[in-house]
Amino acid sequence: MTDRMLVQGNEAVGWGALAAECDGFFGYPITPQNEIPEFFAREMPKRGRVFVQSQSETGAIMMLYGGAAAGFRVMTSTSGPGWSLMQEGMSHLAAAELPCVVVLVQRGGPGQGSIRHAQMDYRCVTRTGGSGGYRNIVLAPASVQETHDLVQLAFYLADKYSNPVVVLSDGVMGLVAETLEVKKLDFGPLPEKPWAVKGRDNHKDKVRRYVHTYPGSGPPPPRGYANYVRWLEHIGEKYQEATDREVRYESYRADDARLLLVAYGYVSRVCKEAIDNARAEGRKVGLIRPVTVWPFPSKVIKEKADEGCRFLVVEDSLGQMVDDVQMSVLGRAEVNFMGLLSRHIPTDAGMILPGRVLEEIRRLS
Amino acid sequence: MSERIAAGKVKVVGPGRTLWMPVPGCPGCQAGLVGRIIADVTEEMGLDGKAILSDGIGCHSGVAVLNMDVVQGSHGGAPDMATAIKRLSPDSLVFTVQGDGDCIAIGAGSFIGALTRGEVITIIMVNNSNYGTTGGQMAPTTLTGQKTTTTPLGRDAASGHGYPVRVAELAATFRSVAYSARGAFTTPANYQRTKKYIKTAFQKQVDGAGLGFVEVLAACPPNWHLSPVEAVKWIEEKMIPEFPLGEFKNVDRTT
Repeated sequence: MTDRMLVQGNEAVGWGALAAECDGFFGYPITPQNEIPEFFAREMPKRGRVFVQSQSETGAIMMLYGGAAAGFRVMTSTSGPGWSLMQEGMSHLAAAELPCVVVLVQRGGPGQGSIRHAQMDYRCVTRTGGSGGYRNIVLAPASVQETHDLVQLAFYLADKYSNPVVVLSDGVMGLVAETLEVKKLDFGPLPEKPWAVKGRDNHKDKVRRYVHTYPGSGPPPPRGYANYVRWLEHIGEKYQEATDREVRYESYRADDARLLLVAYGYVSRVCKEAIDNARAEGRKVGLIRPVTVWPFPSKVIKEKADEGCRFLVVEDSLGQMVDDVQMSVLGRAEVNFMGLLSRHIPTDAGMILPGRVLEEIRRLS
Repeated sequence: MSERIAAGKVKVVGPGRTLWMPVPGCPGCQAGLVGRIIADVTEEMGLDGKAILSDGIGCHSGVAVLNMDVVQGSHGGAPDMATAIKRLSPDSLVFTVQGDGDCIAIGAGSFIGALTRGEVITIIMVNNSNYGTTGGQMAPTTLTGQKTTTTPLGRDAASGHGYPVRVAELAATFRSVAYSARGAFTTPANYQRTKKYIKTAFQKQVDGAGLGFVEVLAACPPNWHLSPVEAVKWIEEKMIPEFPLGEFKNVDRTT
């Protein structure tokens, strides 16, 4: 049986999490993601699951730490300033290798910025904002359905890699309403969590568990490493494995393209319309849409550069993902950028619209 | 060998199944006594096997060596971690052990948040009137006039240092708190009272009565620049007048 309904992207986060059997949601109100905690406040108690409105985002992320350490599927959601507050916890979660999901509905920044859409947190999400050089796996949906699907994938990848996973939405993707088919996605088997705290006598071996963020120190297995450097070696291998295996992207009319747009989230939808219009004019233009922005689909972009493609990066910021594209092409190809200053009106309500992208395509092709 | 019989009729418990190695500390540090009490009390109550310690960061987090499940994360975040663990696994005995800086300076928001929501957890705050791990800086609990590395002339409200914060009294003002008490280890009688406070706070959690809070005054001889014996005397003469011992709230259900 499937359910089809008209919902906002923020609510689709909730339906995806319920399908993924999320045990607990912990969050703090912030615009433009308030529909997410409100969804869980409604839906979790009647299913016997946990919803807690925390005293801050600092609190919410450490609640994830506790819940994840106890072996449960837990998540939170936030936006700009709340994401800043979570960086300490993200570093601890990565150090303790705890699986959890954070949905970041981007708004304008820096500081309080604006409460409307933007794509200005790409850099601190993909590079990570806490101390110590860890990694977040980052998934960027471009529709309501994909938001629902990627939340489920996020829980899967979090458990697979024992690592925090961020779903990078934005104020447009969160608030736009589209039809959603709710369905449980099966990504395959997952490892057990023998390291989770449950109380010493609840473990088969009756040996106590100790989840902490002094990696490489402390007590023996199931998760101990001989020393700090051995742990760093392990974590490096884990990040490399994710880089090798988890890249996901959508290729749109890109096979014969000479000019390739690179965009994610709401802006990728804008770019598709511009590309359709440009194709109608006979212009060979296509799109690479990263679904994982970390790990970034560098390989396909490098290959396209080697084939002689030129690039136009479109993102609703002053230029962040463009760095990843430039690092992928390594000077082999021309990389152009079109950003937030190309919005149709110069306010926080302004958007990058297809007509403006089409103008840029015409100029470059 | 969880028990052994000492000379005469005195039965000494330990090293037991829960206190399997000494709690680390400087000479004269009383953090080990907190660990000992937790070990004894949870064993007496038959709860050590289902206990989960959400540990703080700092000297008093040394109780992480207790032979029970432990989580340890950010400085100040222990009540948040405990909140999630208790909500998700309500049958566990979930408690924090935090220093004064962890609990009421950097973790004040977490602490007040847990008190406000009335989480059915136990919070143990060890008050040694300074930041021990980092070398003896001023804490919210530092006494007026007390010299620390960041109040070299002594804590002085007129210099912008404020006054010592009384956390057990503060916790008692929260409607969703079932129990709040302050103990010390200056005498055997005080040790026994402190043990009773901690046991009562755990029992409030078992009964579902509400949040239990216990503050424990503990010696920090190296940073106080006192001998262990002098440090205990200093607690009696200086700390207890500022931080009176006793129970500040004890109810069977919160209203």
